[in-house]
Amino acid sequence: MTGTLAAIGAGLAVIGAGIGIGMVGGRAMDAIARQPEASGDIRSAMILMAAFVEGAALIAILLSIFMS
Amino acid sequence: MRYITYITFCCFLFIGTGGVFSQAHKHADDLKSIQQRKLDHDHDDHKHDHHGHSHDGHNHKHNHGDHGHNHNHNDGDHKHDHKRHGHASGHGHGDPCAHHDEAYDPTGTAIHHISDGNVYSILDAIRIPLPTFLYAPEKGWDVFMSNKFKVGHHEDGHVSHNGYVMHHGSAYRVVTPGFPQEGNHEHDCFTHKTVKDAKGKDKVINYVMYGGKPYELEARSTFDGGLLGGGITSFYDFSISKNVLSMILVALLLFFLFRSAAKAYKQNPNSAPKGIQSFLEPMFLFIRDEVAIPFIGEKKYMRYLPLLMSIFFFILGLNLWGQVPFLGSTNVTGNLTFTMVLAVIVFFVVNFSGNKDYWKHIFWMPGVPTFVKPLLSVVEGMSLFIKPLTLMLRLAGNISAGHIAILSFVGLIFIFGNLYGTVGNGIGTALAVPLTLFMMAIELIVAFVQAFVFTILTASYIGAAVEEHEHH
Repeated sequence: MTGTLAAIGAGLAVIGAGIGIGMVGGRAMDAIARQPEASGDIRSAMILMAAFVEGAALIAILLSIFMS
Repeated sequence: MRYITYITFCCFLFIGTGGVFSQAHKHADDLKSIQQRKLDHDHDDHKHDHHGHSHDGHNHKHNHGDHGHNHNHNDGDHKHDHKRHGHASGHGHGDPCAHHDEAYDPTGTAIHHISDGNVYSILDAIRIPLPTFLYAPEKGWDVFMSNKFKVGHHEDGHVSHNGYVMHHGSAYRVVTPGFPQEGNHEHDCFTHKTVKDAKGKDKVINYVMYGGKPYELEARSTFDGGLLGGGITSFYDFSISKNVLSMILVALLLFFLFRSAAKAYKQNPNSAPKGIQSFLEPMFLFIRDEVAIPFIGEKKYMRYLPLLMSIFFFILGLNLWGQVPFLGSTNVTGNLTFTMVLAVIVFFVVNFSGNKDYWKHIFWMPGVPTFVKPLLSVVEGMSLFIKPLTLMLRLAGNISAGHIAILSFVGLIFIFGNLYGTVGNGIGTALAVPLTLFMMAIELIVAFVQAFVFTILTASYIGAAVEEHEHH
């Protein structure tokens, strides 16, 4: 039973991270479309932000592994 | 390009630390395992009828006769032993080695294939023996090549060596007293059963059949074995395992690639790059110009460039090495212990190069109201440790997930095959081949992206630590 709950928790964490990374990526695309000459800076900032969002999800997934 | 030598040097540093850490782990104090066994024992129904079993006498005789050091196992162990025999005799009467065609277990297969091991198998046919260094506190060192185990199908050994056996590519120690602790002894197959532990969780215990009786195996002694269903053990495994061998090979490969490139730059400094140079130079320049300089700054980036380059190329090399089909598909960068070593190195580099401003921003953030400052220092203090933690998890998680996805797609063949026979095998293959190819293409991108992400995050952490602030 705890395993099932942990799986649900991991799934919720992934949904959250998916929305977050999607927003980061979408806005970055907007920004690049608006200012193609700044694409290099925007890309590295985008990857950094996506990594931070992913970090939160990874902590949630780790917790769900240890709780199961 | 003089810092190329630094890169190779750092790679060797990583081998040293990574090799030890990927195999060294927590080991049990005996007390803890005994308590655990007593707990198990209390939950067992058979605990009262153990006097009736003839095995008991045999085991005790064995202990006192041949191997004096075994009989000082205390009461907890003995009880546990009886309990197991109670189970074994109450369970099946037939030969457990006879029913070999058990159901396909996708999870177990995937975990086995992404785990580290003491033998390097290519296509389940060629088996490269590896040096195995095992240490148990009461026994001392056992140093031998892993072909002593006579490894066969499924990376299961057929011979025990000094009380160790090989199961699914890893060395295990037999804990049940009575198993020969010296020399080589041929044994039969491996079995396992699932029991509920004290907390009601399922726990798989492996047994080796020897002389018609099952003997319990302790958990694997690798750190990642502990995370993926193993546990704390009474022996250490310091072997040059599959992962360590891959690390050595990749580091040597990088060494020779970069040395030949460096030579070429020295000999013809003014000519266009050619050969291996044109492969390495774009990546090198990309990391320097897009990662190191923007994040760390023009003034200080040279100090950290060797570290960033070795991190990038070492991770990239190992990611790609693990994806070469039919070459053992090692999962080094998907191993939490390996990424932990990298993250710990980054943690120390960042915090030892942190200047006054960095620490001030952690403990007493300037420019915010005073009552917020303690709160922020708690958050910042936590993020100090969360940063390397997420570095470690991100890399291991992404690479392991890719390997598991590929293995699951390959597993479709066997799942369909179990359901519909030969036709099912065909359907499974028709599904598995394109899906696996697709996944491998994705993984190729992921190999570069994750190496890049690790490097860019390291650079940004270092950049935050060495940044000079104008005073507010």
